[in-house]
Amino acid sequence: MKTLSNKSQELLNRISQGETIISDGGTGTYLQKNGLEPGGCPEEFNDSNPEVIKKMAREYFEAGSDMVLTNSFGGSVFRQKHYGFEEYVFKFNKLAAQHAKSQAPKHGFVCGSLGPTGEFLEPLGTVSNQEMYDSFKNQALALEEGGADCVVIETMLDIDETSIAINAVRENTNMLAMASMTFDKGPKGFFTMMGVTPEDAAKRLQQSGAQIIGANCGNGIENMIEISSKMRESTDRPMIVHCNAGIPSLVSGEILYPESPEYMAEQFMKLIEVGVNIVGGCCGTSPEHIKALFNAINK
Amino acid sequence: MPITNETLESELNNIENSQERDHIRKLWDHADILMQEISVNLIQGNNTAVDELTKQALDNGFDANTILDEGLIAGMAIVGIKFRDNLIFVPEVLVAARAMKAGMVYIEPILSASGIEPIGKVIMGTVKGDLHDIGKNLCIMMLRGAGFTVIDLGVDTSSEEFIEAVEEHNAEILGMSALLTTTMPNMGKTITSFEDIEMRDLVKIMVGGAPLSQEFADEMGADGFGKDAISCVDLAKQFVANEN
Repeated sequence: MKTLSNKSQELLNRISQGETIISDGGTGTYLQKNGLEPGGCPEEFNDSNPEVIKKMAREYFEAGSDMVLTNSFGGSVFRQKHYGFEEYVFKFNKLAAQHAKSQAPKHGFVCGSLGPTGEFLEPLGTVSNQEMYDSFKNQALALEEGGADCVVIETMLDIDETSIAINAVRENTNMLAMASMTFDKGPKGFFTMMGVTPEDAAKRLQQSGAQIIGANCGNGIENMIEISSKMRESTDRPMIVHCNAGIPSLVSGEILYPESPEYMAEQFMKLIEVGVNIVGGCCGTSPEHIKALFNAINK
Repeated sequence: MPITNETLESELNNIENSQERDHIRKLWDHADILMQEISVNLIQGNNTAVDELTKQALDNGFDANTILDEGLIAGMAIVGIKFRDNLIFVPEVLVAARAMKAGMVYIEPILSASGIEPIGKVIMGTVKGDLHDIGKNLCIMMLRGAGFTVIDLGVDTSSEEFIEAVEEHNAEILGMSALLTTTMPNMGKTITSFEDIEMRDLVKIMVGGAPLSQEFADEMGADGFGKDAISCVDLAKQFVANEN
């Protein structure tokens, strides 16, 4: 394991002094509104539309985000090869971090986003542990080189894949590794698609060396409060939560997310009461949501 | 013949709703011990055992249809319910589907040579712009497990490709999947394309995917919304039943 960078250490210190860190809102839905075609490659935007990516980071920082995520969620070689961009993985990830860094104030944090590869590990799937490790390592090195201060491994479903990503970050970079999973509500409670409960996730991600643990995406912020309390009971590590703005509906051809900035701001305060240290939004949340959250915290 | 296989009996007891349990139990009403064994091994995902037992059953003179209905499909019915009820998750379903496939290697050629019609034909695909297929593939496995013929168009499927496939295969059902909120509207666009060329009445359209809801499906004019793989199969069965 490598030592933590000063910025990563600063983030941990601020949390341990009791500060609530405000993260950013959705990336995909933001890019959609700014020219990303349905099904287009978001990471390619780092190269072809750098101004949009910088504007997004700037708007989130201005709205009150202490931390902004890089546009690199699908930046693994496994996702990029679907678009024929596998050669550009390092470039896209590095650019993603550079764009966010260029907008960050002195005390702001740039957090590299690492999403799932979409592949199953052997023997269930065809990808070996080493191939998975190499993919996350490559992404993490590019993000660090571009100026990322820390990393969040997010929207994860499988513990083994997440653990591999945590190791790839901690063994090869000086960045803090946060890990966040996505749970659905079923008849027997909350589970990831692969069958992991919030309690299991908290315990096992801690064992795997994640320094901050949490949940993201999901089906609305109320469920997230329940998930977070379950995780809080099972770990003493700081927690990170990014909520989406509920389940979208189609109104005269337009996609609308039901949860308003004001409603979410109120609910965010409940998340903080539960003991979440870093809060932010996922799909359907915008700079307005972050502004409302900032105002609620600083009331 | 009552169920004599103890493991199968205990698998049945996983089904909490007693009416549903009795209904599923009937699938083995006439099933030989060997069929019960095929079901159990399928549920547990032992693909080597399903492979060997299916071959053995054919050698022993069992009808391919009997093996399919009372061995493989009956086993898959329990897998579907356990998945819906959070007793098992995606890894276990994938392994069971692999075991089903091991048996189908022997059954499929016999059925197609004999000219037996499947219970229905379904075209499945992830919509234009979307590259996610885990949920769609689960639905396909469960549909095949229930006796449907499924034509898989893969990911990133355009309206034109959906239309061509429905025409070419004369399919009565079309299933569309999307994981991204950004690509969901392409489902509605595909439905409109079917309307534009007056083909909408020829096919029942069902939709599914994590960000979808019944309201969303209604708004875009789909015939049904499946929240998971088992409800996808239920929908497909309803569509064929109403047609006949």
